[in-house]
Amino acid sequence: MGNKAIIRLTSLGAAIAWIILFFSDLTILFSDTKGLAPGIPLWLPGVMLDIYLIMLYYHYKFRIEKDENLNFTDLLWKVFATGLIVTVVSLSIRFVIFLLGNTTLPGHILFGDSVYLINLSLFFSFLVAAYTSWKRLIIYQKSKWLIRTWRVFEFLLLFVLIYDSLRIELNEGIFIMLMIILGLIALVLSANMKWVAYLNFKQKWTSLLLLLLTLFYLGYFFYTVSRQSDIISEASTSFLDFRSHIFNISLFGFVMMYSIFSFLVILFNLPTSSVFEQKLEEVVNFQRLSQSIQTEQSEESVYNILLESSVSSVFADAAWLEIRGTNQDTRLFSYQISEKDALEITNHIKNQNIKGVLDQGSDKTRNLSKYLASLKGGRFRSVLAFPILVKGESIGTLALLKELPEGFTKEMTRIISTFANQAGISIENFRLLEEAFQNERYKEELKIAKTVQKSLLPQKLEQDMQYDIAAFSRSADEVGGDYYDTLRINDHEVAMIIADVSGKGTTAAFHMSQMKGIFHSLAQQQLDPKEFMVRANMALKHCLERGSFISATYFVVDSKEKKIYYARAGHCPVLYYNSSTSKAEYLKDKGTALGMIKTKDYCNFIETYELPYASGDIMILYTDGVTEAKDKKGAEFDYDRLKQTVEEVTDKSPKEIQEHLIKKLYEYSGTDEINDDYTTMIVKFN
Amino acid sequence: MVHIKRLQESGNDIIAIIGEIDASSSIELDLTIAKSVGDGFAKILVDCTALEYISSAGLGVFMSYIEEFQEKEIRMVLFGLKEKVANTFVILGLADLLHICSSKEEAKKLIDELSV
Repeated sequence: MGNKAIIRLTSLGAAIAWIILFFSDLTILFSDTKGLAPGIPLWLPGVMLDIYLIMLYYHYKFRIEKDENLNFTDLLWKVFATGLIVTVVSLSIRFVIFLLGNTTLPGHILFGDSVYLINLSLFFSFLVAAYTSWKRLIIYQKSKWLIRTWRVFEFLLLFVLIYDSLRIELNEGIFIMLMIILGLIALVLSANMKWVAYLNFKQKWTSLLLLLLTLFYLGYFFYTVSRQSDIISEASTSFLDFRSHIFNISLFGFVMMYSIFSFLVILFNLPTSSVFEQKLEEVVNFQRLSQSIQTEQSEESVYNILLESSVSSVFADAAWLEIRGTNQDTRLFSYQISEKDALEITNHIKNQNIKGVLDQGSDKTRNLSKYLASLKGGRFRSVLAFPILVKGESIGTLALLKELPEGFTKEMTRIISTFANQAGISIENFRLLEEAFQNERYKEELKIAKTVQKSLLPQKLEQDMQYDIAAFSRSADEVGGDYYDTLRINDHEVAMIIADVSGKGTTAAFHMSQMKGIFHSLAQQQLDPKEFMVRANMALKHCLERGSFISATYFVVDSKEKKIYYARAGHCPVLYYNSSTSKAEYLKDKGTALGMIKTKDYCNFIETYELPYASGDIMILYTDGVTEAKDKKGAEFDYDRLKQTVEEVTDKSPKEIQEHLIKKLYEYSGTDEINDDYTTMIVKFN
Repeated sequence: MVHIKRLQESGNDIIAIIGEIDASSSIELDLTIAKSVGDGFAKILVDCTALEYISSAGLGVFMSYIEEFQEKEIRMVLFGLKEKVANTFVILGLADLLHICSSKEEAKKLIDELSV
């Protein structure tokens, strides 16, 4: 069942209960005045009143207690509004009676009882509304103990309610005992006024007004119904006298007590409310400082927030924030003070040879007020300065000024110190965030470099009747510099290259593209491999930065002569399988990597070698990633194991040899993840 | 990880490399050599007895000083290279450009001969 349905149902229930109460009470009163026996049981009005109250209790419970959106003043407003409505209704009835003047009707006891019952219902409606609101205020800050006490209080009230309607003759002692117990609990509960602290100055005034009016309504109704029941009881006692019920008295007493307490507590809290507001503002400022990284875009805003927050927290008359940049330049953020004045104060304190933050040499926080007195023409008499520390290093100074002498209390010093610390943390975080962004950008760049590098490797290798060829290249997360390529020179010559650019990342990809350009332009010129390397070295010497080099081996496969001409420039030695001897050997010829010698002397460090090939011979080109692949213990795959692996599968096609080799490499390293660049090119002659 | 120590012995600056030289630690090696040059040493010995591995970046550091040393007449001799490490120098052709000895005594002798 929804809340609205419950609210409607309880309203209906309350209305029905009240109508029955109304007529039954009138009937009993009428019978009594006429000396007749009433046709209905005497307990009926009392029970109906109970039902009416319970219905109201649930009605307000769902209207006020369950409404999450209400704040403290809203609650007071609800009570006030209910009070206003019922009072207006009650006053209107008074007005009607006044209009009736001295006719016989107002004097009639039944009429008096009717008016009394209407007022009573209005009064209780108001009381229950107030009770529910007070309940919310009291248990605003819940504790186990408080909830338990409240439960005991409510159970006692319910017990009293039932006890009342049973119409048992009251023993004076029990009556007083019950009243005292209820009164004590109500007193204890009424001490729960924590919500008052959360009201701001304006809200406190509003609450005072609302409470005052609420008290007025309570007084008015109590007076009205008491007076009316007095008049009726002169004629007959057989009516529902609310005063005979402990419950009614308790409820009224409790609502009244809490209203008075609240009123007084708010009243006495008025002078200190600015302190609470100040504290709250500090918290908010603090939060602003710490959240400024997420919401703001620059360090500047952190500085501005720091300046603003500090000024408003200590009521400074002026302030400045001096931020020292990396290269001696300083920036000044100021509030109500010119740059010239700020400089004057800084210089003055410096001239007085006072150690403190303002002289930038010390990070000690000090109250420098007494030294200001000697500054002629200055309007400030108090100064408080703090360093802004980022990673333990002072990046600036926050100075706060007041025109009053000794204007900064210890408390203020403490607050500003927290602000300055928080600002330091914010700026540090801000810088870390900036760094993270930068890293992200580098990663993105690396990704691009990797794509570039991949696109530099040939899609298709030059095919020939004389050989079968297969190549494979896989690089780790970082961009490597492995390169291989083939190019047909003429109908019987094919150029091949394998190269490894030192270094990784974008520069490696860049040098690789240079190498590709060199290969494609020089290879076409039908150069001798040595000449190729000499020219490549000449071309590269201006492009490679300090410490970079390229190792390469260049081959020309001549199918007419059935010979391979090659030059090895510092690259890993070729593994060559000779089918006639059934042995694989490394061709360890001399040759220095490209870029190592930047003079013409290079031609003395490179040589062309020639090698005849026969059917079944295999040439395995690879980069150092293969031989340097490590197992879990850190031992390298090495040359011997590479040779052994190839010798296992010499009867297979290049593609199959390659697959075998890769499989062995992964088995050896023990993971599927590559931690280096693996590149191989395998040529098998037919 | 790498540890690089410097020690002066009869006019020689001895740079001892302990551990592995990879792309990141090569910067430290570069700085150490640069410092040695900055301190005015003309005879630099590099102790590679405890050098376990050197990457191409590390080799690039040695390579990058060849020309500068020729111009400034600074001699540099490496000694005590493990076989595997020496092999990488040989394959790259860097062994032909640098002076490499097996022991410290040989290295000292060689550097004195070179300086004459």
